[in-house]
Amino acid sequence: MKNNSDTQPQQLKDDLKLNYGPNKKFVAICAGTGCRAYGSLKVKEALEAELKKQNMNVDVIATGCLGFCEKGPMVVIHPDKYFYQSVKVADVPEIVSKTVAKGEVISRLLYRHPETKKTMFREEDMPFYKKQLRVVFGSNGMIDPTKIDDYLVINGYQALGKVLSEMTPEGVINEVKKAGLRGRGGGGFHTAVKWEGVRKTAGEPKYVIANGDEGDPGAYMDRSLMEGNPHSIIEGMIIGGYAVGANEGYIYVRNEYPLAVTHLNIAIAAAREAGLLGKNILGTDFSFDIHINKGAGAFVCGESSALFASIEGRAGEPRAKYVHAVEKGLWDKPTVLNNVETWANVPLIINKGADWYSSIGTEGSKGTKIFSLVGKIRNTGLIEVPMGTTLYEIIYDMGGGITNGRKFKAVQTGGPSGGCIPESLLDIPVDFDKLYEVGSMMGSGGMIVMDDKSCMVDVARYFLAFLKEESCGKCVPCREGVRRMSDILEDICAGKGTEGDINLLENMSQAIADGSLCALGGSAPNPVLSTIKYFREEYEAHIKDHRCPAGVCKALITYSIDPEKCTGCGLCIKVCPTQATSGEKKKAHTIDNNKCTRCGACIESCKFEAINVK
Amino acid sequence: MMVNLTVDGKNISAPKGTMLLEAIRGAGIAIPTLCAHEAVSRSGACRLCVVEIKKGNRTRIVTSCLYAAEEGLIVDTKSERVLNVRRLVMELLLARCPESEVLQKMAKEMSVEVQPRFVADSDKGKCILCRSCVRVCEEVVGVSAIGLFSRGSDKTVGTPYNEKSDVCIGCGACVYVCPTGHIEMTSTGDKRKIWGRTFKMQTCDKCGKYFAPVDQLKFISKKTGVPMSELTVCTECR
Repeated sequence: MKNNSDTQPQQLKDDLKLNYGPNKKFVAICAGTGCRAYGSLKVKEALEAELKKQNMNVDVIATGCLGFCEKGPMVVIHPDKYFYQSVKVADVPEIVSKTVAKGEVISRLLYRHPETKKTMFREEDMPFYKKQLRVVFGSNGMIDPTKIDDYLVINGYQALGKVLSEMTPEGVINEVKKAGLRGRGGGGFHTAVKWEGVRKTAGEPKYVIANGDEGDPGAYMDRSLMEGNPHSIIEGMIIGGYAVGANEGYIYVRNEYPLAVTHLNIAIAAAREAGLLGKNILGTDFSFDIHINKGAGAFVCGESSALFASIEGRAGEPRAKYVHAVEKGLWDKPTVLNNVETWANVPLIINKGADWYSSIGTEGSKGTKIFSLVGKIRNTGLIEVPMGTTLYEIIYDMGGGITNGRKFKAVQTGGPSGGCIPESLLDIPVDFDKLYEVGSMMGSGGMIVMDDKSCMVDVARYFLAFLKEESCGKCVPCREGVRRMSDILEDICAGKGTEGDINLLENMSQAIADGSLCALGGSAPNPVLSTIKYFREEYEAHIKDHRCPAGVCKALITYSIDPEKCTGCGLCIKVCPTQATSGEKKKAHTIDNNKCTRCGACIESCKFEAINVK
Repeated sequence: MMVNLTVDGKNISAPKGTMLLEAIRGAGIAIPTLCAHEAVSRSGACRLCVVEIKKGNRTRIVTSCLYAAEEGLIVDTKSERVLNVRRLVMELLLARCPESEVLQKMAKEMSVEVQPRFVADSDKGKCILCRSCVRVCEEVVGVSAIGLFSRGSDKTVGTPYNEKSDVCIGCGACVYVCPTGHIEMTSTGDKRKIWGRTFKMQTCDKCGKYFAPVDQLKFISKKTGVPMSELTVCTECR
């Protein structure tokens, strides 16, 4: 490849060093979608105004997601890297006058360990971050995703420069193969095998696609990458395009991710401007460009063939994939479809080498994985850990354990089509193969943590209701079968389950998994199968004893007030929307179960834990 | 070129590119289907034609109507997994379309009974959403007067917004390919009613019988360039 050294990313970066450097003073504020909802943009404005007022020439950069969403908005003061959490506009003048101006720490804004009560100054001291290895996601905190210069400073596009000047397409594929990169979107297919397939398949044009149709409830890893570091995805795609011989790429992203779309658009325009996208990239004869395709939010469009149909302008329905996308993908042309996170791993592999990459992780699963940690977990947020980290470490060390000191019951991994993993398996190392072995899957990396107040039948009911809505309706087993399974689960939760329902569900699961057209139906029974496998007694309690042991299924529970514990404070009377609670002041209250709707308002209000659910 | 494969222990051969469904049926082994109609492209929607294939050590369930015969493939058309899928599909369809005689007959042949745990639907008619009608209208007739709407269990077939279609020519091809007799078409005198629209019928210049909607003949005339005056004779008198 010919190339013009003047426009190499290294050169671009060197020019920028005048303005940036490790000792540069700046204030970073998390402005991912989550923190924006907390009001981080107002905090940013306040910071800028205050800095101006105090005559300080310090940049404030709105970064992408920093991961610790539980404590947003987060502000990090560089170069000292002091980490402030739950920052409000009112805190701003003090942050500027003390920390930015004098380097003094404001201890009330620091993270305080909930048990030891010790305050912690920096990310690396905090248990949430300590065991993480944030090679893909870590750059989020250092860059303004709307500025390409910020990405160049952290060695952005250097992998592309290396690939175009030193490597053959086969060499790139070999490096990715040696690294052992597997698809982060769910399937865990070997990325290099896909690339090799497309490279070798005759047929022009070829396409590369980034799948950003993240649709699992509670999962937002891909969104945070697209919002926080769009160039890493774009760089990965350009390298992929070079490796497989494609000149055109698509990013398929949900329209419900407006910030991701905006940042991707800005990044693509900037990359074009810098000669990193478009014709003759970096002066070579390789040309590549990227289009954004916005999806309308159908869960099934994350499935490869449905995604192609959607880009092609047809209804998002999958088709039988006996001929793979590698041969006939988008517009029946050879196509590489990789998840957003997979693409973001590519520049790292090129920059740091396959040996470095494959030294992270387990035998069959290399590198790191980003997980979203949600549900009844203390530290809600996004974490990136080496493959093989145990569920226990994720939930207890990083996640900080269960909220309100309750007991862990299960963790759902792999999104709606994943499975629920019980406490007895918390020691398993999380990788593609191990999760599959225990009846769940990696999926795109969603983890929903449940405590002992979660009813596992209700959880299965919830996921099947979701999948029933999201089935495209093309094939019978998924459209009709998932609906019938969902009906049966509704019945069980309503106390109308019948003897034989468990067997029927198991039987249907097998047939639906075998008979469905695509992976949505193929994995739809997983939440049911895994909850039956690990929590069968809960199903039996619902069906045989008309009892919901976790106290969730409203038709099967009654509320009562423990007269020993009730102080007669009257709070439950105040909060009850149906006037079911009554009683005189300072005397034990009672609940009229004919009026009670089991909404739980009284339980939440009662400070004495006097309300029993049975 | 021919490929050799084993189906239920029997060695058969079929031209390369033949779908398993045809290859297997060609060998005299019955495979049920509802959505594979010879007039239209295949969708793999009904899943009744599934078979279990073995390649190396790996077995999997595939739809025989879409999977091409391959050299050395070992096919089992009656494995437990296959029969389990077919049974569930039939049970689900019986619950969806309890009135369909076609499904009842088919179920009987397959020894599948109504699953009492599934509450029978009353709003789906006899439509199993095989989409043969949609495909014939698009691929053969070329008008796309009907399509699929909504998603999942709300999915329906019909004209856009269930309004009278102004592109429908009343040809009835959809009725012809429908495997369960869901689509209603009634003809009385010089009128034909289908998809909520009434079409005027043309009489045959020779025998005087009503034989086709005027709109259909106009469509053919426009498409082929044959003048209308030459199309007003029914096929029997031509």
